[in-house]
Amino acid sequence: MAQKKMTIIASKGSLDMAYPPLILATTAAAMDMDVTIFFTFFGLDIIKKGNADNLKISPIGNPAMPMPVPIPTLVGSLPGMEAMATAMMKSMFKKHGVATIGQLLELAKESGVKLIACQMTMDVMGVKQEDVIDGVEFGGAAMWMDAAADAQINLFI
Amino acid sequence: MSGEIKVDQILDCKGMSCPLPILKTKKAVEALSKDQVLKVETTDPGSKNDMASWAKRTGNEILKVDEGSGTFTFYIKKTA
Repeated sequence: MAQKKMTIIASKGSLDMAYPPLILATTAAAMDMDVTIFFTFFGLDIIKKGNADNLKISPIGNPAMPMPVPIPTLVGSLPGMEAMATAMMKSMFKKHGVATIGQLLELAKESGVKLIACQMTMDVMGVKQEDVIDGVEFGGAAMWMDAAADAQINLFI
Repeated sequence: MSGEIKVDQILDCKGMSCPLPILKTKKAVEALSKDQVLKVETTDPGSKNDMASWAKRTGNEILKVDEGSGTFTFYIKKTA
């Protein structure tokens, strides 16, 4: 069986949206696939040094967000609400034995997942190459396209 | 099946959620020699189908699955 390939574009930097790219990438690698993740726009936050385990989730604009008591949208915008939602989500993950984003990122690197940071987004957001974790390559749309053209699975998250 | 399955290595994934049981199983199987058997214990109800998909895709063989009270025990033979 020829090796299958997958690419993922990770475009979001909130705690909840950082999970799917890393869960799928590590699983695909464990299933003998060749995997590339292209981090662009807010997805860059996942691979900034020291940032993986500091991503946040906002209760604003997310009616499905589980809260101890129903929170009106306006209350969700008060100071401290984001920290509270983030802490709650993290404790739920921990309780259920879910790996942290930092752990998944390490596992991805360990299993040979190729990580690419979008140079254009870095320039726009003032992120320098030394601000990004080790083991990441830098490139643009063509680099992703090259990998995607040979892949059976291409996801935009 | 005649007799017990001879187990070469045991992996405890109880209390872990997706995708950790799969990632750890992959690592453990890689460390085995061909035809050796890994016993994996999980509590994640999703792991039953996940493990079958993983084995099919990687070409390893699940010899047996035991379901206990909230636990799943897989016997995986390294065939790939």
